[in-house]
Amino acid sequence: MTIAAIVLGLAVLALATVCGRPLGYYIADVLDGKATPRSRFRFNIERWIYRVAGVDAERETGWKQYAVGVLLFSVVGTLFVYALQRLQAVLPLNPQAFGAVTPDSSFNTAVSFVTNTNWQGYAGESTMSHLTQMAGLAVQNFVSAATGIAVAAALIRGFARHTSTTIGNFWVDLTRVTLYVLLPLAAVMALVLVSQGVIQNFDAYKEVTAVAQGSTQTLPMGPVASQEAIKELGTNGGGFFNANSAHPYENPNTLTNFIQLFAILLIPIALTFTFGRMVGDARQGWAVLAGMAILFVALWLVAVHFEQQGNPVFTQVGADVARSDTQPGGNMEGKEARFGVGASALFVAVTTATSTGAVNTMHDSMTPMGGLVPMFLMQLGEVAFGGVGSGLYGMLIYALLGVFIAGLMIGRTPEYLGKKIEAFDMKMTSIAILATPFVVLIGTAVAVSVEAGKIGVANPGAHGFSEILYAFSSAGNNNGSAFAGLSANTPFYNTALGIAMWLGRFWVLIPVLAIAGSLAAKKRAPVTAGTLPTHGPLFVVLLIGSVLLIGALTYVPALALGPVVEQLMMSGEK
Amino acid sequence: MTSQIRPVLVLFAFLTLMTGVVYPFVVTGIGTALFPDAARGSLIVRDGQPIGSRLIGRSFTEPKYFWGRPSATATAPYNALASGGSNQGPLNPALEEAVRGRIEALRTADPGNGALIPVDLITASASGLDPHISVAAAQYQVARVANARGLPATQVGELVVGHTSERWLGLFGEPTVNVLALNLALDDIAGRVGE
Repeated sequence: MTIAAIVLGLAVLALATVCGRPLGYYIADVLDGKATPRSRFRFNIERWIYRVAGVDAERETGWKQYAVGVLLFSVVGTLFVYALQRLQAVLPLNPQAFGAVTPDSSFNTAVSFVTNTNWQGYAGESTMSHLTQMAGLAVQNFVSAATGIAVAAALIRGFARHTSTTIGNFWVDLTRVTLYVLLPLAAVMALVLVSQGVIQNFDAYKEVTAVAQGSTQTLPMGPVASQEAIKELGTNGGGFFNANSAHPYENPNTLTNFIQLFAILLIPIALTFTFGRMVGDARQGWAVLAGMAILFVALWLVAVHFEQQGNPVFTQVGADVARSDTQPGGNMEGKEARFGVGASALFVAVTTATSTGAVNTMHDSMTPMGGLVPMFLMQLGEVAFGGVGSGLYGMLIYALLGVFIAGLMIGRTPEYLGKKIEAFDMKMTSIAILATPFVVLIGTAVAVSVEAGKIGVANPGAHGFSEILYAFSSAGNNNGSAFAGLSANTPFYNTALGIAMWLGRFWVLIPVLAIAGSLAAKKRAPVTAGTLPTHGPLFVVLLIGSVLLIGALTYVPALALGPVVEQLMMSGEK
Repeated sequence: MTSQIRPVLVLFAFLTLMTGVVYPFVVTGIGTALFPDAARGSLIVRDGQPIGSRLIGRSFTEPKYFWGRPSATATAPYNALASGGSNQGPLNPALEEAVRGRIEALRTADPGNGALIPVDLITASASGLDPHISVAAAQYQVARVANARGLPATQVGELVVGHTSERWLGLFGEPTVNVLALNLALDDIAGRVGE
């Protein structure tokens, strides 16, 4: 393991935390509707659009109406993105004259972007028009992220309030987060990316003439930087091009790679500070952040270690795999020369610890244990930072489970942040925690049992099973990265994974809102000598323990059939 | 529920307009004004014709050129319309076969070179369009290229140094050599000698 690789990861984490704190406080202010200085212009836009939309910004709703709003907005988004793909041939900004996307692929992609998954069965540069990319897919990058933050905000309000019947107004949360948080951040980041070589235009693809012995080459074009920025900031991860952040037009150099890593972590980390601010105790936010960071660092270092060790097959055939001042060494299959092993393995961990799923390296070609890391990070429910909003509410669900287990051990009614955790809350917590394992494991089981599922596998043996397990882990947890050898652009996988993504999103999100409503209505329990403090190291251990307990119990058998078997086989190669 | 129909439709349309139309057009306007070259693909232009991009690799297989990373893009290497990697698992026999073939090709083109081959020169990149190779991979090829062109190895070696990008801040990422730029510079030398 190299020092540079570790320093890089710690630098990204430190910078995201330093910037995340003020951003988190700002997000809290935005969610509280506190007027910031020079806000007259913004609030005029808001007032105008609310009047047209018939929204009373002062009127909050209970959790059920909040959930209906989220669902309706997601259904409309899905229908729109579906229609845009089916009709792109007759719509403008289609310089390559791409035809309509197939119905099953359109369905899969629409669900994928609406659920913040960004699983991609298609290849962007040969499928989607500029219009589909920017007005369909990129829009969902914004609003699915804003939806995640809104739901997290609703849950935080559940903790922060007492004897309240409301948890916020979804339309107001959605609009404010999009306009005042995501849009300004994305605009700045997009311009920085353009300055480094990420393309941004509406041109037709460019044919370049033969150079030296090379034949002609057609260079894809499009509004990439604007989509790239929100793809990372919103933990979406859907690449403009098939190669995603490995493509030099999406991620041309080490600096853009650093910016992308930073952007992925920024908002998930900021939201832990938003949480601390809104519940009136910054230490609560730090405790959650510490739990996330410890889980992340441990798994990230495993990935770096195994990727740098490389593939014994390469050594046997006479390649030089030792890292030196002049070469990255290690397992370079599916990696880019400018990133090498360290920045690639870090990206792998960051993209799957959050719900991003952008890739700058091909996960399918990773070493067995290196590839186990992203799979396991997803299976843990993406709570080590997690998706924008979804990471925080996912982790708070585990906090409820943690205090519940602790309460059982000492025979007290569990409490968290002054709220008694009762039967209804634990039922909803159980649903939220068990929904994704259900979707992932049942989905995998079905796919490996039917011909349509097995036929898509690209690699023989245990690795082929890993491809399928990875696909459903990714879809069910709304990540979107892939062991991309799997031929998933088929009616079977487009449909099965589309359903997995939808259930994985809403079977968690709706119980979370139910908990928010239930907590908001409760009285605040006074702190006594018997109250478990939820800001110290003991709680952090309890939190990490809950996550690992559920994750390990649920997934170790499946992982043993895939990456673990493959690792044993690889050891035999030496 | 019906009371939510109007908000959902109006706000969806409004946010689509803001994030899906206004935002990309504003970024394009400012981006192309400030960084016209980068926004349009960092193209290399010779005699008014774009002949490639500094960011997108090209396929080179003749001994007198530096070879780039192996590319697994569909139908042909370095096909920019189908970016992607091989997606071969680490123990896939096809991967081992491919790597052996690449080593064979390098050895055949340069029989006298007994050095170990840097791993990035025999493994397919993630994008299939990687414009770079490692410094070690360039150094490995210097003797072959110099030989094929009848140039002194020191001159070719200096050219490699001139086309090397160091680590960012001396620490992050990897030092790399841009293959297309290097090969164009080699052809320029040939052109000058020819005149």
